[in-house]
Amino acid sequence: MIAAFSSIETLFYLAALIAIIASLKVVTQKNTVHALLYLVVSLLAVAVCFYLMGAPFAAGLEVIVYAGAILVLFVFAIMMFGLKDDETKYAPQSKGLTIWVGPCLLAISLLIALLISLDNAEIQHQLSATVISSKEVGILLYGPYLLAVEIASFLLLAGLIAGYHYAKPDAQGGHL
Amino acid sequence: MTAIPLEHVLILACILFYIGFFGVVVRKNTLFMLMSLEVMLNAVGVAFIGAGSVWQQADGQVMFILILTLAAAEVAVGLALLIRLQQRFKSLDIDCLSQSKG
Amino acid sequence: MLLSLLPFYPLISFLLIIFFKKQLSWLQTSVLSVGAMLLCTITSLVLLNALNSAPDGVITSHLWRWFSLNNGDSFASVNFAFYLDALSAVMICVVSGVGFLIHLFAAAYMKNDENFGRFMAYMNLFIVAMLILVLADNLVLLYLGWEGVGLCSFLLIGFWYQEKANVLAARKAFIVTRIGDTSMAIGLFMLFNSLGSVNILEVSDLATAQWQIGNNDAYWICLLLLGGAVGKSAQLPLQTWLPDAMAGPTPVSALIHAATMVTAGVYLIARMNALFILSPEVMNYVAWVGASTLLLAGAASLVQSDIKRVLAYSTMSQIGYMMLALGAGAWSAGIFHLMTHAFFKALLFLTAGAVIYALHHQQNIFKMGGVLKRLPFESGLFIIGLICLMALPGTSGFFSKEAIIAQLWSSPTAGQALWWCAILGALLTSIYSCRLFFIAFLGKERFSHQVENSSSKLLKIALLTLACLSLVGGFMAPELGQVFALNSSDIIPGKDPSWLHTVAIATPFIGIGFSWFYFKAYRGTDLQVFTKAEKNSSDNPVSSFCLSGLGFDRLYSILLIKPFVFIARLNRRDVVDQTLMSVTWYVGLWRDVLVFSQNGFIRWYAAAFALGLVFFIGGWIL
Repeated sequence: MIAAFSSIETLFYLAALIAIIASLKVVTQKNTVHALLYLVVSLLAVAVCFYLMGAPFAAGLEVIVYAGAILVLFVFAIMMFGLKDDETKYAPQSKGLTIWVGPCLLAISLLIALLISLDNAEIQHQLSATVISSKEVGILLYGPYLLAVEIASFLLLAGLIAGYHYAKPDAQGGHL
Repeated sequence: MTAIPLEHVLILACILFYIGFFGVVVRKNTLFMLMSLEVMLNAVGVAFIGAGSVWQQADGQVMFILILTLAAAEVAVGLALLIRLQQRFKSLDIDCLSQSKG
Repeated sequence: MLLSLLPFYPLISFLLIIFFKKQLSWLQTSVLSVGAMLLCTITSLVLLNALNSAPDGVITSHLWRWFSLNNGDSFASVNFAFYLDALSAVMICVVSGVGFLIHLFAAAYMKNDENFGRFMAYMNLFIVAMLILVLADNLVLLYLGWEGVGLCSFLLIGFWYQEKANVLAARKAFIVTRIGDTSMAIGLFMLFNSLGSVNILEVSDLATAQWQIGNNDAYWICLLLLGGAVGKSAQLPLQTWLPDAMAGPTPVSALIHAATMVTAGVYLIARMNALFILSPEVMNYVAWVGASTLLLAGAASLVQSDIKRVLAYSTMSQIGYMMLALGAGAWSAGIFHLMTHAFFKALLFLTAGAVIYALHHQQNIFKMGGVLKRLPFESGLFIIGLICLMALPGTSGFFSKEAIIAQLWSSPTAGQALWWCAILGALLTSIYSCRLFFIAFLGKERFSHQVENSSSKLLKIALLTLACLSLVGGFMAPELGQVFALNSSDIIPGKDPSWLHTVAIATPFIGIGFSWFYFKAYRGTDLQVFTKAEKNSSDNPVSSFCLSGLGFDRLYSILLIKPFVFIARLNRRDVVDQTLMSVTWYVGLWRDVLVFSQNGFIRWYAAAFALGLVFFIGGWIL
């Protein structure tokens, strides 16, 4: 059974399928928190895809920045909304584990896929042959793409200031 | 050269992109629109990484990193705006907020 | 030099009055306009005198070149130039002389009108246009004057524009004469096209040199020019405007619609005689148009109840005589009659105006009666006018009308039938004149107002002068032999039977005798007769037919106006307009589409992105 999955293609298609299903669930969910959970799964699945495509550095960033930082931002925002009047009002009340079943199942299958790929020597061999190391990325980033990096840093700074400004209450000088 | 053909990677990217786009167009809740935007950005990242790995170039990953920063900044500003909108209009319905009718 | 100044006196007067009419008093306005006319009259007489000693009997005056026309290989220049020969000399004397007297009368008659200045200015403008018309050295300048008099006629008929009837009459006159003018314009284009010139002298010479008698081009050009003349001179079939034009002030009726403007058609045909000679068929048509107008207008005049309408129909009938003369080739006689008619018809109109004024604007002859006793001066002058109109021996009308009738019998383009028509017309003329006189001037008074005797000296001077001219005008027969020299040989004298003259002279007396007995009741004191006669004229089908101008208005209404209105109603939505509007509809459609797309919904815009992308990629793939 495991052997049937033990090729890069099969694992990739599995991860892609999971990503697609999770993304569909993101846009069709009623509950914001549920959607957020599916989004995490979707991002993780894409990270697995990156790994299988020979970009482990990108996969790591995907997990850390997207699934880690950005989604935590979403969670904080949802917490601040309170969401008393929003769509969640019409959502069914919490039924114990049911909320978690979908994301969990998808996440577990992803984990299995990842584990298989890590366990299989042939896959590891193939991957190591095609991998693009973080060193190459770094050289490129701070060489020809230095200007883009600078602009990106300005963008982040602008996002920081704008976020700080907009999120301030009116009393403290925040203007929309 | 990976075993995965570029076509399949691009098909995955397209499907993810259009799922995200579908979300942007269909959902009225601004928060969901923002999440759908994340899905779309992510799909673009898939396309870049796939292309980079096919041609064995690091540029794809560089682009992905730039998209990442873009997404981070966008989410920061977007969520701050959403918080203010929620405070002012007591709603996240994008159609209620619409004041740009021309 | 004097010649070139002639139209400028009234022009200057017109400009001064029209610009300063608010500032000028009655006296100043009168002095300006009448003084300009007096200058015109004196100048005309001086010119008439100078013409005798001028070489070739012609005076010309070239003012400036107006424009030039390309006639293929060279340019024919159209000059602002005046040409005075015996024919135009007669015309300018009539126009400025009669015009002067009518201005004099108008100054007194219109004194109390609040728009006196405007009235006198229009009258002066009319004289300007009329002088240009008769002095023009080329047909384009003639056409300018032609249209100018039409414009003034329109302005003056509708002078009291607050009343609907006047405005309608003005519009009718303008439109009906416009039909004739269009025909004339086409004729002029054809003339230029075939001869390459618009100068009257050149055209006459070229036509005589190049065309044989009966030439097809000449036929059509003459026919079209006749159309113009018929419109302006109120001849059949475009005569319907003249009776309605009597809505204008009486001096206007006298000046424009009796003495001068309506004779422009006669002048045109006389001026273009060299062309008309070349197409005897059209000459014959001219004669028949004149004869039929003569008879129909005479018949219509027999039953009218409005004194001015009687005179209007009488004018039409007298112009019919002139047309008849022209058609018969009796050019000099026609112009002679034009001159004498201008005198006595102006006299008749002005006297009628004075009577109407004295009776507080009462124009209905059935409500007059006994005017002879109350207004002996005016009535005496009216009698003079009427005997001239009836052509009793010794008066001016006698000489001119007899001159016409005498040449009809043996004329190649007229003939015996037309001679009988003319005699019948003369009989009708004497009958309706007597009827008018009996009803309005004899019998018992039928008006309740106090008669308002006009003591204005101006009025009396003008009327007396005209009366003298009417009486002695017959001895001032113009010498036109030179102008029409080449045609007078067409009429061979001496073949007429000897009784023709006797009949012609006797006819008016027969008419008077007939009327004396037939209209006996009108001379009496029985008031019943008049109410019955007035009622009868509208009840009796024959007389109501005549009263309405022989049904021409109704005929045109059925033939032309109703179909036109029907088509207009069919096309109420205006096909052309709708076609143009479809463009705006199309633009509006796109506007709606774009407005619909700009609905302010972010998600809608995002969907539009997608749609655009689909089209873009689809187009790229295909």
